[in-house]
Amino acid sequence: MTMFIVRRVISSIPVLIGVLVLVFVLVRVIPGDPCTATYGEKATPELCAQFEARYGLDKPLPEQFAIYAGALFQGDLGTSIRFGRPVGDILLERLPVTVELAVLALLFATIGGITLGLVSAIRRNSSVDAGTMVLANLGVSTPVFVLGLFLAFVFAVLLKDTPFALPPSGRLSPGVSVTPLAVAWGLEGLSGAPRSFLDFLSNMYLFNTLVTGQWSAFADSFRHLILPAIAVGTIPLAIVARMTRSSLLEVLGLDFVRTARAKGLGERSVVIRHGMRNALLPVVTIIGLSLGALLSGAILTETIFNLTGMGKTVFESIESRDYVTIQGVTIVVAITYVIVNLVVDVSYAFLDPRIRL
Amino acid sequence: MTVGVEPVRDLAADELERAAPASLWRDTIRNILRQRSAVIGLIILLFLFLVALFAPVIAPYGPDDSMLDLGIPGRRGEAPCIHLLGCPADRVQHIMGLDSNLRDEFSRIVYGSRVSLQVGFLTVGLSIIVGSFIGAMAGFFGGAADNVLMRLMDIVLSFPSLILAIAIVTVLGSGLINAQMAIAIVAVPIYARVMRASVLSVREADFVTASRALGESSRGILSRRVLPNALTPAIVQGTLGIGAAILEVAALSFVGLGAQPPQAEWGAMISQDRNLFFSAPHLIFFPGVAITLVVLGFNLLGDGMRDALDPRLNR
Repeated sequence: MTMFIVRRVISSIPVLIGVLVLVFVLVRVIPGDPCTATYGEKATPELCAQFEARYGLDKPLPEQFAIYAGALFQGDLGTSIRFGRPVGDILLERLPVTVELAVLALLFATIGGITLGLVSAIRRNSSVDAGTMVLANLGVSTPVFVLGLFLAFVFAVLLKDTPFALPPSGRLSPGVSVTPLAVAWGLEGLSGAPRSFLDFLSNMYLFNTLVTGQWSAFADSFRHLILPAIAVGTIPLAIVARMTRSSLLEVLGLDFVRTARAKGLGERSVVIRHGMRNALLPVVTIIGLSLGALLSGAILTETIFNLTGMGKTVFESIESRDYVTIQGVTIVVAITYVIVNLVVDVSYAFLDPRIRL
Repeated sequence: MTVGVEPVRDLAADELERAAPASLWRDTIRNILRQRSAVIGLIILLFLFLVALFAPVIAPYGPDDSMLDLGIPGRRGEAPCIHLLGCPADRVQHIMGLDSNLRDEFSRIVYGSRVSLQVGFLTVGLSIIVGSFIGAMAGFFGGAADNVLMRLMDIVLSFPSLILAIAIVTVLGSGLINAQMAIAIVAVPIYARVMRASVLSVREADFVTASRALGESSRGILSRRVLPNALTPAIVQGTLGIGAAILEVAALSFVGLGAQPPQAEWGAMISQDRNLFFSAPHLIFFPGVAITLVVLGFNLLGDGMRDALDPRLNR
């Protein structure tokens, strides 16, 4: 088992280096230069020379890469050209929104998808089954941005002034604020990496308000994430529901299930204890595979629901040719994705002993 | 006696030879048509294909015709007006309303079907060609080539597809063709993996060994023996991938990196009239339904084909 994990970790190192090189090259060949994008008509050759020297853009590419990779290993993502602040700080502020959205969507997709798939499989060929599968097919075929706009229309316009109304934009209602964890726990003196980590947690409003018991702020921030999470989670939900159904149907047709029935076990025990347990492995695989869809969906959805997360940052920095920020965001997202895939792979090994071989 | 038997045997052999390949195709098509989802998917796609083909006949206006230029009264984001459903006869009929530039939404949707089908086929076609080539090389030659090519594919796969596509479009510049290129590049590893696995299994088949024993060149074996027999999984994967490609290109158009106005592309249409959403929801609804319909068609067909061609599922 340890060998498997070690091997899997080592094999992801060349991939990570490849990711660094690819992003670095891609970002450098973007047409248009950041100096003109920043200063517009005021950009003079002298000003641009100064500007390029400040950001190290006048050095040869290999040297730029060496400097960049070296800094990255120390956790330094460079200084944003557009915001004039360290990219790391911007990410600490904005990544938590995307993470919360993706996690909430994942919960929605997993719980909803497995439940729907289970019900469909048990009541195979019933109207419930047919309805679920039609919904699942529609779910995978609807663009995230269309679904997002529709949810916003239904819950913020049609259901306005009813108890079901939900906010269509922003992270918190005006007037609501969340106390940072550093303040709530009296750790304002903290600095460096621990402080950064604390701020990161603190900016996950759901987590923050939950652990500090700011209940009204928790409810408010949760209400703001419901619609985006449904929009992001629907495609994975549909995929999970279909996979659960077909996997469970396959397992329920196997001999050991017949044996369990023959032993006189209750239907509930047969389906849950014998069936589901064996049917879940492909479902876990599919959930792991849909993480990319979740992140992509989160980025599209943020622009619709006006959430200041990764997506908004990417689009803002593309507009202003902010190399450093695009580079930082892409690399952080890619590294996260590689690590998550690693964790998913290792968790299969726990679930299925055959993979460890 | 011998005289009587010979022609009979000849006839049987003759029949076998002619019947075998034909019935394989017939079986495959019959298997696909037996899948309810494939049939529904085919009907949807046939309908959209006809709409795209006869767009100039079906659409009452051109996709870029502004009512202002035509001298027809109307207002921005006007709601649908259908005479049959009780819209007063003195008003001009626009069955899907008008968009923010006073263009007939229905005509734009109809012409948009051309863009969408083109996007689906070209994008996936490009991915399949490049991906199959890489996968076939990796699988057939093995060793270092396999390692290098597949690690490269791993790197591409280690980005969430939309993020990498956004980065590529930023480099290439916005536009529908560039957006399609980006989505095609991002999908290449999927086909490379499918093709590699398929080539690996075909490579060991007896008829390939026979060709090799007969002295056929590697290139001949790859192009004449292995590829034709290994292509089916890639094509099934491709049918399933068309829906995803259309969704992703529409998403790029929606964020302004794909099709540019005034092109009648459904994603770009939604993006353009997003701000009118609360007063004119039909401008989001109709293009949204159109995208869902075309993607649904390809997904259903792909599911059906996979089930029909997967021997494990043959009942």
